Amino acid sequence: MSKAKWMGISKVRESIATSSSEEVTASYLDTILKSRINGYVTINEGAIARAQDIDKNKDGKGHDGVLAGVPIAIKDNISTKGIQTTCSSKILQGYVPPYNAHVIERLLDAGAVILGKTNMDEFAMGTSTESSHYGTTLNPWDHEKVPGGSSGGSAAVVAAGEAPISLGSDTGGSVRCPAAFCGVVGLKPTYGGISRYGLISYANSLEQIGPIATNVSDIATIMDVIGGYDPRDSTSIKQEITYQDSLVDDVTGLKIGVSDEYFAEGIDEGVEKSVWAAIQKFEDMGATWEKISMPHTKYALASYYIIAMSEASSNLARFDGTRHGLREEGENWHVMASRTRAKGFGEEVKRRILLGTYALSAGYHDKYYLKALKVRTLVKQDFDKALSNVDVLMAPTMPTPAFKIGEKIEDPLALYLTDVNTVPINLAGVPSISMPCGLVDGLPVGLQIIGNHFDESTIMRAAYSFEQNTDHLAKRPAGVE
Amino acid sequence: MAYHNPDGVMIGLEIHVQLNKLNTKMFCGCSTKYHNDEPNSHVCPVCLGLPGSLPVINEKAVEAAMKIGLALNCEIVPQTQFHRKNYYYPDLPKGFQTTQYDFPIASEGKVFIEGEDGEHVIGITRAHMEEDPGRLLHIGSIDKSKGTMIDYNRSGMALIEIVSEPDMRSPKEARRFLDKLRNIIEYLDVCDTTLEGAMRFDANVSIGGGSRAEVKNISSHKGAERALLFEIVRQKNLLRRGGTVVQETRHFDEARGVTISLRTKEQEHDYRYFPEPDLVPMRVADRTAKVAETLPELPDAKRERFTKEYGMADMHAKALTSEIRTADFYEEVAAKIDAKICTPWVADVLKGELNYRDLTVESFKVDDMVEIIEMVTQDKITEKSAVDVIRAILDSGGSATDIVKEKGLIKVEDDVVSTAVLEVIKENEAAVTDYLGGKEQSLNFLVGQVMKKTRGRADAVQAREMVLASLNK
Repeated sequence: MSKAKWMGISKVRESIATSSSEEVTASYLDTILKSRINGYVTINEGAIARAQDIDKNKDGKGHDGVLAGVPIAIKDNISTKGIQTTCSSKILQGYVPPYNAHVIERLLDAGAVILGKTNMDEFAMGTSTESSHYGTTLNPWDHEKVPGGSSGGSAAVVAAGEAPISLGSDTGGSVRCPAAFCGVVGLKPTYGGISRYGLISYANSLEQIGPIATNVSDIATIMDVIGGYDPRDSTSIKQEITYQDSLVDDVTGLKIGVSDEYFAEGIDEGVEKSVWAAIQKFEDMGATWEKISMPHTKYALASYYIIAMSEASSNLARFDGTRHGLREEGENWHVMASRTRAKGFGEEVKRRILLGTYALSAGYHDKYYLKALKVRTLVKQDFDKALSNVDVLMAPTMPTPAFKIGEKIEDPLALYLTDVNTVPINLAGVPSISMPCGLVDGLPVGLQIIGNHFDESTIMRAAYSFEQNTDHLAKRPAGVE
Repeated sequence: MAYHNPDGVMIGLEIHVQLNKLNTKMFCGCSTKYHNDEPNSHVCPVCLGLPGSLPVINEKAVEAAMKIGLALNCEIVPQTQFHRKNYYYPDLPKGFQTTQYDFPIASEGKVFIEGEDGEHVIGITRAHMEEDPGRLLHIGSIDKSKGTMIDYNRSGMALIEIVSEPDMRSPKEARRFLDKLRNIIEYLDVCDTTLEGAMRFDANVSIGGGSRAEVKNISSHKGAERALLFEIVRQKNLLRRGGTVVQETRHFDEARGVTISLRTKEQEHDYRYFPEPDLVPMRVADRTAKVAETLPELPDAKRERFTKEYGMADMHAKALTSEIRTADFYEEVAAKIDAKICTPWVADVLKGELNYRDLTVESFKVDDMVEIIEMVTQDKITEKSAVDVIRAILDSGGSATDIVKEKGLIKVEDDVVSTAVLEVIKENEAAVTDYLGGKEQSLNFLVGQVMKKTRGRADAVQAREMVLASLNK
């Protein structure tokens, strides 16, 4: 196995059965080492040893797990015991967590082998992975294009055949955007669906960990491993969903809602066409669609950025050089902390900390933060209303295909505007899956299927049916089998 | 007589009570029993604020907070919520403190104290839950220190912050309020107030309706009284010299007994409070009644019951109920001995001897107390000997029985005393003549001689009567 290829979990397991996890893992590591896309920040030096342990069934439960010996890539903001976790920031360089995130515990219990930690926008703040301290990740479809963000590394390595599956996190589209730009499948589960314990917070009230894969079934497999209640996360909810059961090829009678607000000014013509073609396909498969109104969509972006930055300004206060990561010396603690933060944080992170601090300050708190919360409630109501009439909503994940590296990074507002279709979903806390629905000029287009709270089974069923009845997922970047 | 408060002193207090009797911290499973352990040995990702860690509310802490709220006659909020208070300090590992803001667990209560002019009511603004920061240890003195070490063992300990209305009119009333509060906290069994840092105080002081100064870093009741006295004098002097009191935060230097300006109003932090997104609002309304049922009898109620049940004066009831340990001790003694008899022995004698030695009632055994009182009532030892036995136990230990034996304190029989009386009258002719000649003091001398002969075991009053009887024959 020398050539990079897409392998779903079942293929990987077949391969392990005929050879070994060690061999499969080594093959992935080989592909990673030859890669030019810069998808990983850190390679797990213990990956081979772990694979050997699974092969020998040393951990006693490895071979029984649904991911026994299966390699996985993990976004660099999810805590991995013994493996450096930096959030692609200089400030966390050298930080090795002494504990595993809940999802990592679950993955290891299921037998997974961690390949490494994937590149991302610094502290998940971005839409292009260009704000990483460790350099941007290249889009496997076109090395001049961004992979999307902030989980750009996690989506790119799956698309490039450098990992069969990966985990990302989605605060305002950070799983769905890179999944769309890299032509793979990514799920943002319902808020509370997966424990955030161990996920390094950017904006706590908005974000969820989410899986990225080359097919819908793998998303279900991963979710069955990592989803569910965890007493260590007070926002996780007791709700039993068996994702595997939702893999049914049948959308007869499915009611789809389509909102013009998600095809707003600035949308790429090719993207619009691909998404409408997908909706047409669903109709052919037995679903119906209707126009619905989401009147507060245009306010969502402003509300999202104010809430996210406010929370971020507080979440990132702990990076002061005292306990972990970078430390710049100073004559007293305050000087040390200031210098550390000045040197350790990148420009976008500083911008968001400053804006968030401003939005929470006395005199501005009501005008910005409280107002944003009120708008959030209105956006939520849009979804509640819409989803009481239809089963799912469909929309383009991103208004355009992947843009050029460097094209928007100097213009933060232009970059923020690309999140217009993904952030409302985080404000409402509902689940959404992005999957490929066509190519525009050789670049993938993402279709977003949005469902009601904890109704992942409906969007998974729709996504699975679409996958079974189209060949969009058969298309791969050049050089990947 | 009504108290006029000539200087218009207004004092409000903020008291931090550490819930050190809980098994675990406010938001994680770390043990609270760190006081004798190595620094940073009771820590985990949560109380170290490691990236990615999340808080989980300790339900027992919520229960304790509700108990405190109810004991302070507060309203318990139906739904409570945590907020983040953002500021940078090395002892604060997350860069914010998880605390409560606009939905504190308890508010609008009151506490009754012995004021300058009788019973006085102190309003309780609120009581809320929060987490303790870590502790800074300076190498050497704070200003010359070469380095600072941080111990996060205390980080994340559950605190209840109680905020009073500015209803105290003198440092004495403030001290009384703090005593009362400590008393209530001890009754609730939520805090061992003897442990370091168990109760800490900040005070707001103003005079004559002027601006208030906030005094921080007060760690004892005595310190509170001193800090307040200093601050009132400082403000009065300032006004007398034509100055004005500015709103500011001041630091109490316990060693020097003075307050020093830390920062003025303009330099105050903007804490940028916002709801803690990692903790969802918590409904407690359906639990309040149940928690109320678990409340023990509180000091005021116990004091009233003592006067009724044991027929004691209010002064005694107050002394006995001012500490739960003393009240319990008394009731154990009173279960075995007539309450009327044992009340002064515990409330006056034992408490007086304990206070003199700065000891608590835990230094004394109920059985010893019972035995000593019984020996007095059975006329085996004198009251004076009983006091000596109590002192001996407190000073050098031992049981009542042994001490009585060792010191030969058993009262001597009457005939021994009468023999002594006869001998004394025979041996001191001059004194007898003096007395009969009208010199009253000579009687005292003769009684003293009898006591000397019986080595103090005779009852002095009885000996006096017997001497008188012999002389008047």
